[in-house]
Amino acid sequence: MVNFPILSILTFLPLAGAAFILIMRGDDVVVANGARKMALWTSLITFALSLFLWFNFDQTTAQFQFTERHEWIPGYNISYYIGLDGISLLFVMLTTLLTPICVLASWESIKTRVKEFMAAFLVLETMMIGMFSALDLVVFYVFFEAVLIPMFLIIGVWGGPNRVYASFKFFLYTLLGSVLMLLAILIMYIDAGTTDMPALMAANFSPGLQKWLWLAFFASFAVKVPMWPVHTWLPDAHVEAPTAGSVILAGVLLKFGGYGFLRFSLPMFPDATVYFTPLIFSLSVVAVIYTSLVALVQHDMKKLIAYSSIAHMGFVTAGTFTLNVQGVEGAIYQMLSHGIVSAALFLVVGVVYDRIHSREISDYGGLIHRMPAYGLVFMVFMMASVGLPGTGGFVGEFLVLVGIFKVNTWVAALAATGVILGAAYMLYLYRRVVFGALTKESLLKIKDLNAREIAVFAPLIILTLWMGVYPVSFLDFMHVSVENLISQVNVAVDAAKVVTIAGN
Amino acid sequence: MIKAIVFLPLLGFVISGIMAFIDTGDDKHKKHRLDLMAQIATAAPMLISMVLAWIVFNDVGLNGNAYVVQVMTWIQSGDLDLNWSFRVDTLTAVMLVVVTTVSAMVHVYSIGYMHHDPDVPRFMAYLSLFTFAMLMLVTADNLVQMFFGWEGVGLASYLLIGFWYTKPSANAAAIKAFVVNRVGDFGFVLGIFATFVIFGTVNLSEIFARASELNSATISIFSGEYHAITVICLLLFVGAMGKSAQLGLHTWLPDAMEGPTPVSALIHAATMVTAGVFLVARMSPLFEYSDLALQVVTIVGASTAIFAATIGCTQFDIKRVIAYSTCSQLGYMFFAMGVSAYSAGIFHLMTHAFFKALLFLGAGSVIHAMSDEQDMRKMGGIWKMIPVTYVLMWIGSLALAGVWPFAGFYSKDIVLEAAWAAHSAVGGYAFWLGIAAAFLTAFYSWRLIIMTFHGTPRADEKTMAHVHESPKIMIAPLLVLAFGACFAGIIGYNWFIGEGAGEFWANSILILPTHTALEDAHHVPMWVKYLPLAVGAAGIAVAYVMYMFVPSLPGLVVRAIRPVHKFVFNKWYFDELYDAIFVKPAFQIGRELWKTGDKAIIDGIGPDGVASTANDTAVRVGALQSGYLYHYAFSMLIGVVFMVSWYLFAHAG
Repeated sequence: MVNFPILSILTFLPLAGAAFILIMRGDDVVVANGARKMALWTSLITFALSLFLWFNFDQTTAQFQFTERHEWIPGYNISYYIGLDGISLLFVMLTTLLTPICVLASWESIKTRVKEFMAAFLVLETMMIGMFSALDLVVFYVFFEAVLIPMFLIIGVWGGPNRVYASFKFFLYTLLGSVLMLLAILIMYIDAGTTDMPALMAANFSPGLQKWLWLAFFASFAVKVPMWPVHTWLPDAHVEAPTAGSVILAGVLLKFGGYGFLRFSLPMFPDATVYFTPLIFSLSVVAVIYTSLVALVQHDMKKLIAYSSIAHMGFVTAGTFTLNVQGVEGAIYQMLSHGIVSAALFLVVGVVYDRIHSREISDYGGLIHRMPAYGLVFMVFMMASVGLPGTGGFVGEFLVLVGIFKVNTWVAALAATGVILGAAYMLYLYRRVVFGALTKESLLKIKDLNAREIAVFAPLIILTLWMGVYPVSFLDFMHVSVENLISQVNVAVDAAKVVTIAGN
Repeated sequence: MIKAIVFLPLLGFVISGIMAFIDTGDDKHKKHRLDLMAQIATAAPMLISMVLAWIVFNDVGLNGNAYVVQVMTWIQSGDLDLNWSFRVDTLTAVMLVVVTTVSAMVHVYSIGYMHHDPDVPRFMAYLSLFTFAMLMLVTADNLVQMFFGWEGVGLASYLLIGFWYTKPSANAAAIKAFVVNRVGDFGFVLGIFATFVIFGTVNLSEIFARASELNSATISIFSGEYHAITVICLLLFVGAMGKSAQLGLHTWLPDAMEGPTPVSALIHAATMVTAGVFLVARMSPLFEYSDLALQVVTIVGASTAIFAATIGCTQFDIKRVIAYSTCSQLGYMFFAMGVSAYSAGIFHLMTHAFFKALLFLGAGSVIHAMSDEQDMRKMGGIWKMIPVTYVLMWIGSLALAGVWPFAGFYSKDIVLEAAWAAHSAVGGYAFWLGIAAAFLTAFYSWRLIIMTFHGTPRADEKTMAHVHESPKIMIAPLLVLAFGACFAGIIGYNWFIGEGAGEFWANSILILPTHTALEDAHHVPMWVKYLPLAVGAAGIAVAYVMYMFVPSLPGLVVRAIRPVHKFVFNKWYFDELYDAIFVKPAFQIGRELWKTGDKAIIDGIGPDGVASTANDTAVRVGALQSGYLYHYAFSMLIGVVFMVSWYLFAHAG
């Protein structure tokens, strides 16, 4: 088992599927159908393979597992090095779960260039899995940046009318972050002489350098999360992206930032992390309250959910920097449940968009009369989004707030107001879209969910409830890794204190 | 057994919930069959659950066999360790009996009441969902599971208030209920966090075991250092205020009357709104160590009792009058808690559940008879046409007004006596406001009876011709509740607050030996004992004079005190106030942040600014194509250039 490169296979299988799709030739309709099926099967097999990881993962160790290492650029200490711990495993699972769902969700709504779309999606999956499993800085950087190519294509080619503006915005934000992060990576290499991430976690960068490196990585991750005030690209990107694009953007890509903090900022720059915690807390609190209020006044369903995503990610960033078990585990859990719930909410919007071709809230109303099943699905995810206990949304939010409360009660109280505002904007949205009388001409004939759509939502509903009722099955994966991470930070910070005192 | 009690309603919810999705088309018979099946699928488990609850009550309450059952782990993170588990002690057993009995009666009643509704399975499913959540709340062995039930009943309440979702007012009321409750929940969760920080656990048994030892602990919160238990209690009490509609967070309850009447009876009178009272009683081992928290509870409770009673005297909607009455009675329960007379408060909770559910369902029966009319100004003169309902409403009102020997007499008296016997400033405040509220209670109750049933008929002929007694299926549960309204006081007296109370409550409620109000309540002067009864009689008499004998009097009184009446009639302008200071500003600020913050400032300085600069440059260079892929490639290129140059440097070096 040790020699079986399961993780590489998992990473590159979708890429192979994409290549296969691209060489398909023949009649357009036939190719389109073939591409859909090929993409679905590839992503399903990938998911099945990832289950193998789930069942064979050793929860008792913080060591990286399923590791593979091959010399890449010999003599420079750069190698193809991948592996998983209890944190990244769950994100890989999230990716492999959401990809087939996205493929299924695009089954009918994508009508042009189906072949290319499906291929792009599979490439995207490879990049995402690679990013989460990378254990070498160069490998990480390649995947981290390359993931944007298929994403840009998805928004740009299959996106809405205003896609050029949206992509421009995204480009400008990411460019800034990427360049700074690359610079930081180079400096780290010069300083430590390796790009091996576990080794870098053990390396002690001087406190002064840590601050600069931390800021450089922060620039990149903050954009990805996104944190206030570098969040304005997200609503535009979501609005322009096709449904599946929004799903994967909200479901997985937003987690890159949070994951980056956990993988780099905390263990590699612990002193700087402690130093900058107040900054993160303030930005997070602002994000939660600010974007919740903005969400309250949105007219566009997708924009509203996009803003709510930013608010939810505010919990994630705050939780991550509490540096206690509940806060960090809560942040990870919040990312996972948000990955499911916000993805599902974008699918929910996609369902009516496919039928009416409008995202304007005012174009809807009274859908429950024609679409009771839709009403139920929407209700479940709305309640998960507002953090109702019994759904996945509650566990993450609760743990994060417990963690923050231990560190700073003001931050906890301010962040908790987001829970009130969250209920306000979600219920208000639901009321305007689903409840009320059905009077609009365009909606009189609207159809309820079809079998394919139910197949898309069913696993997400089950997961949401499972994550809410029995979260232990997910939390157990992360305990050891999180504790290890926190002790790494604490040890380093304590050591730095000793040095300072000795220096005095 | 306890698992069956809790999960049977869940089963009913799931089955009936699935039935709600079966489309019967236009086939009336098919629909009726389906409705019937849904009614059986929910009511039958509920009745079984009720029987089991009585058995548990006998076993735990009367024979003292309290226990805790673990079901499975829930959340485990660091030193936070939570289980799904059931705590069954006397306090829980009392709540089980109240919740399952009223719920079962409401289920049965709804079979008749919702007969014509197109969405019977959905309604029954929601009722059962509510009952499940409520049972989870009262059986919780840790604060977080209690919060699960707490939010769960909030969800069910939201769904049921907005049950008739085509009505905009119902939708608005549903959102209001959920969001206002969330404000309370905000306090509740902070209370849970504070508990966890101080006690290192949120499991009730462990908290109670360490309460006296941690009495001296302080907590640093909001940049200050305070007595930890006081902070915890006050935060939890904010949650209780939300759920139990106490002064300040009460605004949702009257609006909640938009829901179908059985819902008002079950959720907004008998069970859910008493959750806050239950919470305080449940946490008595903490509240006992905080005099300040107890004083706050007393003051809030007493203020609510009088505040809501004043409004109750001015409203015309029959359900709203009863809703304000509920609000006011909850105030009584709270000030009982505040003077450490927890068992008296729970006693009142129990009797109130019976007579208030009876009043609501009776009102429902009236509304049903009057072709869905709720305005008392359009009723009158119908008592001979619906005599059973009339008598039942009398019983409910007598119990509510605290007339001997009805249930409310026993519980309300002990509450007031305990307040007096507290011999403290807040106790006196509660006692006198409570007496005043008792007068108003009797007054608005008979105002309601007289306006609804007596005088000249004010409805149109068509409605009057249609007035009919409700079917047996609706009357039967009313009789059960009426039995409770008559006898719950006499039967329960000994167990709840009499000789057998110590044995009955066992360890489920803690009262410190220094808090003797309840004990002293049995030895108060005669005038304290008889005053509530006297003001009650006075209230009834005044109502008769004003509405029966001199019907012109109310108009005169209103004119005489116009500004006061206007203020009270408009519910002390709480809605307007909140709208002005919370709702409108939230939307305004949101719009401002969006247009100015996001669009003008962040985008203007950030991407748009840079983009326009970049565009200018691009135009000048003239070779740039539009399209983001190019830009992206460009950024990758920069990266590659960096990499390569560095590689070369290193190589050369």
